[in-house]
Amino acid sequence: MNMKVNIAGVEWKNPVTVASGTFGSGAEFAEFVDLNRLGAVTTKGVANVPWPGNPTPRVAEVYGGMMNAIGLQNPGIDLFCERDIPFLRQYDTKIIVNVCGKSAEDYCEVAERLADEAVDMLEINISCPNVKEGGIAFGQSPKAAEDITREVKKYAKQPVIMKLSPNVTDIAEMAKAVEAGGADAVSLINTLTGMKIDIHRRTFALANQTGGVSGPAVHPIAVRMVYQVSQAVKVPIIGMGGIASAEDAIEMMLAGASAVSVGTANFHNPAVTMEIIEGIEEYLRQNQMNDVRELVGAVR
Amino acid sequence: MKKRRKELAVVVSQEQLADGIYSMWIRTVSAADAVPGQFISMYTMDSGKLLPRPISICEIDKAGAALRVVYRVTGEKTGTEQFSKLSAGDSIPIIGPLGNGFPMEKAAGKKAFLIGGGIGVPPILELSKELECDKKQIVVGYRDAQTFLREEFERNGEVYISTEDGSVGTKGNVLDAIAGHALAADIIYACGPGPMLRAVKEYADRNNIVCYISLEERMACGIGACLGCVCQTKERDSHSNVHNRRICKDGPVFLSTEVEI
Repeated sequence: MNMKVNIAGVEWKNPVTVASGTFGSGAEFAEFVDLNRLGAVTTKGVANVPWPGNPTPRVAEVYGGMMNAIGLQNPGIDLFCERDIPFLRQYDTKIIVNVCGKSAEDYCEVAERLADEAVDMLEINISCPNVKEGGIAFGQSPKAAEDITREVKKYAKQPVIMKLSPNVTDIAEMAKAVEAGGADAVSLINTLTGMKIDIHRRTFALANQTGGVSGPAVHPIAVRMVYQVSQAVKVPIIGMGGIASAEDAIEMMLAGASAVSVGTANFHNPAVTMEIIEGIEEYLRQNQMNDVRELVGAVR
Repeated sequence: MKKRRKELAVVVSQEQLADGIYSMWIRTVSAADAVPGQFISMYTMDSGKLLPRPISICEIDKAGAALRVVYRVTGEKTGTEQFSKLSAGDSIPIIGPLGNGFPMEKAAGKKAFLIGGGIGVPPILELSKELECDKKQIVVGYRDAQTFLREEFERNGEVYISTEDGSVGTKGNVLDAIAGHALAADIIYACGPGPMLRAVKEYADRNNIVCYISLEERMACGIGACLGCVCQTKERDSHSNVHNRRICKDGPVFLSTEVEI
């Protein structure tokens, strides 16, 4: 049985990675899962300089999911290259570095810095709902998204995945725009902007007031958007949004995703990615399918 | 690397200690490595409530492979309310032990304050059992006369009580009890609500006393990956490379002088 997938020229041993921000750079999860078994590890977003992130509370539970407004706290690209890349290189998995920035120059600086590093792909985060710059500025206008893609591509040596926001009127337009800008792949969805209010204290549950909603509650929205994007672009899609089981992952692939990312579910069960990989294999066996790629876009 | 996993612990017993305060013993392999001041992530059986509830460890029974948690039910239809309805033989998914405990070795030969306030009282119990020091002064603050765990503390050291309504011990907070009894110490371990910890930190600063405080914050992963539960630090932290440390992974116990609370 073949579990390998090829995403923009990079071969993963299976179609399962983790969603940026839910897995650090893998070190904390290495106690719970065998990182060698993941198709890829997608790191927490990293910027050209360290970012302190938002005030706390940064996370809140909502029924069927959660909200976060971490604010892209990260140690900066220097420490990341020194510590996190060598850590991940010990494992036989692909490394996708999620890149964040406040300006086009920030993104390009990180892409350029990573050009000679032993990483496999870049995921450009133009869709974080919790920071003003870099989220709204690039992720909600097709023109801005196309331009930033084209800029980053000038500096990146690895294939570039553009991570799309669901907080737009037409996500297919955004996908077409980044494809026109030269994106090698797209990933979607980032979190949906939400709000939670504590009725006893009459305060916002998150210090940032708004936050990104993720988890099983958003899964049907993500499946719909992956399907729409799959009808609009030719580049491969990494599907994410509320995937908590093999069934969810398979559904996302049937909608058109060539690979999937598991995010919030890692908080419910740190070993969930291993169960999802095994579950996909089991599904293929039960359905007499020999190749996981047969699932991609196979919805009728 | 030693592999860890989410496990199904088994409830040994459950009892209510006070209004909204419950005590549960669970059988778990986590007991083997647990130390005072650590916590466990407890998961509900409701698949709509995804995140773990971080609950401090109140007692450790290594021989019986069991942990005791004393926790507050935070409201109707909450995860903690579900925990309170479990009874002997029921299963509960947990990960533990997590975080770092109180540095007990620092107390050798010293006069210590072991301070707990409200739902920060429980982790002080195991600390009071295990701590070796010259003088063990346990100062615990409650809202009212429901002074849960009091008798158990009295077996482990000198106990001083404060209550907000003055019904038991000194009226006021734990620092009022310390002042009222003219107590002194040269090391402090404390767990409790933010305002209490801020006051204890100030007291320690003013009197130049080494002080360890256990912090809490909303958590998502509980294992140091998501950066949800950070606290601000005075110095740039070597892991985060900013002035933040992770309460779940780098704490929950911190030296009071290293954090801004």
